[in-house]
Amino acid sequence: MIIGIPRALLYHKYKHLWKSFFNELGIDYIVSPDTNKEILRKGSAYSIDESCLSSKIYLGHVEWLLDKCDYILIPRFSDYSRNGTVCPKFLAIYDLVANTFRDRSINLLSYSINPKVTHVEMAAFLKLGKILDKKKSQSLYAYLKAKQAEKRAHLLEITEQERLLHESKLKILVIAHRYNIWDKYIGEPILNILREQGTVPIIGDIAPQKETLANYTQISETLPWVFNRELVGSIPIYKDLVDGIILMSAFPCGPDSLVNEILIRRVKDKPILNLMIDGQEGNTGMETRLESFIDIIRFKKDECHGRN
Amino acid sequence: MEEIKASYPQLGNYCTPLELLFTEGFDVKYIVPPPITKKTLALGSRYSPDYVCAPFKYHLGNFIETIEAGANTLVQTGGVCRLQYYGELHEQILQDLGYRVHFVNMSKVQDTNPLTFYNGLKEINPQMSLQKIGRILPVVLKMFEYIDEAENFIRKNIGFESSKGAFEKVHAAFLGDLRTVRNKKELKSTYRDYMKLFKGIEINKPTDPLKVGIVGEYYTIMEPFSNHYLEKELARMGIVVDRWMNVTNTLIHYPKKQIQKQIKDYAEYPWVATSMATIDRALEFARKGYDGIIHVKSFGCTPEIDAMPILQNISKDYKIPILYFTFDTQTSETGVNTRLEAFYDMIIMRKETKK
Ligand code: SF4
Repeated sequence: MIIGIPRALLYHKYKHLWKSFFNELGIDYIVSPDTNKEILRKGSAYSIDESCLSSKIYLGHVEWLLDKCDYILIPRFSDYSRNGTVCPKFLAIYDLVANTFRDRSINLLSYSINPKVTHVEMAAFLKLGKILDKKKSQSLYAYLKAKQAEKRAHLLEITEQERLLHESKLKILVIAHRYNIWDKYIGEPILNILREQGTVPIIGDIAPQKETLANYTQISETLPWVFNRELVGSIPIYKDLVDGIILMSAFPCGPDSLVNEILIRRVKDKPILNLMIDGQEGNTGMETRLESFIDIIRFKKDECHGRN
Repeated sequence: MEEIKASYPQLGNYCTPLELLFTEGFDVKYIVPPPITKKTLALGSRYSPDYVCAPFKYHLGNFIETIEAGANTLVQTGGVCRLQYYGELHEQILQDLGYRVHFVNMSKVQDTNPLTFYNGLKEINPQMSLQKIGRILPVVLKMFEYIDEAENFIRKNIGFESSKGAFEKVHAAFLGDLRTVRNKKELKSTYRDYMKLFKGIEINKPTDPLKVGIVGEYYTIMEPFSNHYLEKELARMGIVVDRWMNVTNTLIHYPKKQIQKQIKDYAEYPWVATSMATIDRALEFARKGYDGIIHVKSFGCTPEIDAMPILQNISKDYKIPILYFTFDTQTSETGVNTRLEAFYDMIIMRKETKK
């Protein structure tokens, strides 16, 4: 049996957990390839036009996996309890996929995280193990191992970012959902341009969750969504160490439509660029916008230094 | 101290029970929000982020209009989906525009504990009394229900009135008289009297008229300006309009468990906001053999967008046409009408071939 994992949305958050869980249990899986034009095209074709770009990309990955595996892993998250709620997309995604590909005999494998009914993560993974015909003890062990791997990976990210924060180059904080900024087709080009321009991108989403969740209320008190709380909470942590902030969103992201406006109105002491990605514009347009933003930052910085 | 003059943005005809709640329950003056018009939308769009959903813009525009009408205290509710975060940004934008008003954001008390909630409400008027609210609340809730019941009846019959404008006239008088109601007894008799009047209006309904069900997102479906007076148009075409979505069925008696069970074949997990009700009702209209369904939402509404693949499947499974409308601030009147007319032509043709 082969499990297919779409390389989109929460894959970018849970890839270490999922892969090592399946590895531990000796279950075969394939991950769809990096997003490319074709995946986006297919995903868009299967999507309702107004869906956010991230969700279109997701459907493209699911489509790619369709005839290549026995089950497709589509977890479902209803909220993260005290840490916050999630975009309605994540509650719907399982049924959305099931209905979209109904005629293409799709088999879905799912686990549901809903803290309200004690579906905490571990219980969810034990259930998943059971569906995969594994003994409870086996699944438990695999889950704990996977958790360790996940933790190690996060620590590594954090240490690497710490190092980058000490670089003397211009540093730009990128506030973007993990699945957007780590996407090879819509996110990576931005990071590459930033690097080519001699700046160091600092990824807001890497900031340690505990700290971000303790910090976001400094900027916004009633922010409901956990992923946005993490991103907003990274701003007080990194702000004084960076020279500018980029808000990158997938068109027409619901949560970001409000959160970005709050940030633009409240974070006053750093230049901010609001970058909306719709998957249509070429890299040249993007390059020009980023270049002029970096020019502004450089100019401001020189101005400050000149005065001192 | 300045007199408290409070308000909440317009939604359908619900300002009437809200007025009762604010004046008799919260003990403050209530500013009836000006009706939603082109001006509301223009104001709201000018100061809102571009691609935020339309209800945000309508609310913002209407807040500004109520301030201009004298309000000094604005209330924004919590809610699921983006609505939950409307308040904080509305407050910020109004503040940046220089409006000095007291903004009560109920999202701050997103707590199921009634006491915390009450303390949140007290922001509107620190002097309010629980007793007063307790006394008037049942009347307020019942008023919501009666308004909804009357409007359900109107939607099903207005398209067939013999003398044009008859229903609207009685409807306006009904809403006007409700404003003087102060207790359950008065409420009941007003409702009973007017239902008699509604039922007495002469109609000319064919035995098997065209029937269309409307489903969709909370605000757009309930605020007629925002859906280009869709229901009125349908009535003009001589169609029975059925719409389940209203305050009674969602905020007062929401049958969540039942809905979840009914839509099991299409949705395994519960969803948020109005999407589950959208699916459930579409299924119900399809099963009952309605001639068509119309889905309405504001641009970018994630829960309703995600319901659409399911609606498409229901449409296939039950062979029922569904027309999808997305309303944003630039939707053109003619575009809506053209699509509506094409839809009408199609469902009437289908009905005739079925005969
Ligand atoms: S948070 Fe935004 S980008 Fe992410 S799924 Fe929701 S609408 Fe799409």
